[in-house]
Amino acid sequence: MKKYVAQRILFAIPTLIGLTILIFGIMRILPGDPLGAFYSMESMERFTDAQKDKLMADLGLDRPLYVQYASWMGDLLTGSLGKSFLRGDNVADMILLRGPISAQIGVLSIVISWIIGLPVGILSAVKPNTIWDKIASFFTVLFLAIPGFWLAMLVVVAQIKFWQYKSPIVSVQIWENPIGNMEIIIMPAIVLGIGMAAQVARMARSSLFEVLREDFVRTARSKGLSERLTMVRHALPNALLPVITLSGVLLGFVLGGSVAIEQAFTTPGLGKALVTAAIDRDLNVVQNLTFIYGLVFISVTLAVDLMYGYLDPRLRVQ
Amino acid sequence: MNLISSTSQTILYFARKSPWAFWWGFVALLVILAAVFAPLLTPYDPYAIDLSKMQAPPDSKNIMGTDSIGRDLYTRLLYGARVSLFVSICSVLLGNSVGAVWGVVSGYLGGKTDLISQRVVEIMLALPGLILAFLIVLIMGANVWSLILSIAFTRIPLATRVIRSVALTTSQNMYIDAARSIGASEFRVMFRHIAPQTFAPFLVLFTIQLGAVIITEASLSYLGLGVAPPTASWGTMLGEASQLLYPLWWHVFFPGAIITIMVLAFNLLGDGLRDEFDPRLRGRT
Repeated sequence: MKKYVAQRILFAIPTLIGLTILIFGIMRILPGDPLGAFYSMESMERFTDAQKDKLMADLGLDRPLYVQYASWMGDLLTGSLGKSFLRGDNVADMILLRGPISAQIGVLSIVISWIIGLPVGILSAVKPNTIWDKIASFFTVLFLAIPGFWLAMLVVVAQIKFWQYKSPIVSVQIWENPIGNMEIIIMPAIVLGIGMAAQVARMARSSLFEVLREDFVRTARSKGLSERLTMVRHALPNALLPVITLSGVLLGFVLGGSVAIEQAFTTPGLGKALVTAAIDRDLNVVQNLTFIYGLVFISVTLAVDLMYGYLDPRLRVQ
Repeated sequence: MNLISSTSQTILYFARKSPWAFWWGFVALLVILAAVFAPLLTPYDPYAIDLSKMQAPPDSKNIMGTDSIGRDLYTRLLYGARVSLFVSICSVLLGNSVGAVWGVVSGYLGGKTDLISQRVVEIMLALPGLILAFLIVLIMGANVWSLILSIAFTRIPLATRVIRSVALTTSQNMYIDAARSIGASEFRVMFRHIAPQTFAPFLVLFTIQLGAVIITEASLSYLGLGVAPPTASWGTMLGEASQLLYPLWWHVFFPGAIITIMVLAFNLLGDGLRDEFDPRLRGRT
């Protein structure tokens, strides 16, 4: 087990370094004037060449690429993540302020997806081809197709129409005001969670459907175990393994999907910060936030891998 | 002639075996045709501003209502379909083709090439697709081509993985050994003998990814990285709707509904194609 853990962690490091190269490559090597990405066309035309050179120097964009990359690595390793070009505040502070909101939304949405998706999937697998199975698969297929941010917009429209809804403006942390904090995160989490519940239900159904036909389930039944115990002790633990992996994979879905959903609800989280930074052309914030998203994604994939190795001993041997 | 009759036979066979998937494929085809023949299906101009009927709810003249500057939303939806579907189809085609070639090379050559390329694929998967595409469009500037390129880029890793595994099994076949023993070059073996075998999974992957890509394109456009106004796409229409302090329900509802229908259609068609032509892919996408 120790070897398995060490191996997995070691494998994640080159991926992380590769990620920084990928992001840096996209930011600096793709066609497009770096200044053009910062300033609008009109202000670009007003600058003289000397002014442009000075701006490039101020932003540190006149240095050779490898120096720029090294200085970014320094920012990452010291944890300051550099400064916002516009506001001059640390990107790290911004992440500390907004990160918890997004993290809460992510965790809560996974919990919601299990609360809704698991019972639905189990019901479908236990009673295949009944009317319940048909209804469940109808909603599963439907919610796989609905874009989360559209659902979020519909919720906002309904809230405005029926309950004088006001969009949140400042971030409220859970330790400051738990109820106010809940008001901000609950709807984005539900919208994200419903979308994922469809995936969880589908995976739980197919996985449990297969496990219920395995020999060890037949053995459990034939030795006289009640259907409930067969389910809880033998079938479910095995059927849930793929669902756990899926939830790890879905985190990518949470991270990407929440950007648009936070935008729709104007939730003051990281996703909204990314979009705002993109509109303001604050490329340093964009670069570091993107890295944080990748870092979280890689860490969770790693965590799921390790948990999987713990839950399924067969994997450790390979 | 022979090719046409065999293709229509395959389609008829598919319609009989999975009628559900076939009908959803038909729905998708109808929407694509509606986009192509948009000018014939509406009396209005998608860019014509009519200040006499701003923010009008749906009625018999404007069946989906009008937006905040009086443009007919049904017309904009039809013309928007052109952008949304063009971007989606091109990006999936481009991304999957690059991924397929990469997968065939990586799976057939194996060894160091395979090892390195799998690491690269892993890095490309380390960022959620939407965020990766977001970053690329932001840097390149939003237009149809940067949208296609960025979304295509995010489609490469999955295609590479799937096609690689097919190429891996295919290259175990005797006829591959036979081809090599009569002196066929590596290039010829890969693209004459292995690549054709990857066509079925390619087709399935193409259909299933279309659904996901329509949502990615809509999300990017909604976030302000879509085609420049006044051109419409489904995502930019949703973006325009959300700019109002009190969004109009019809301005929000109809573009999202058509996105949902198209994603549903491509997903179900893809599921049907997969069960029919490539059961190996079950649970992979």
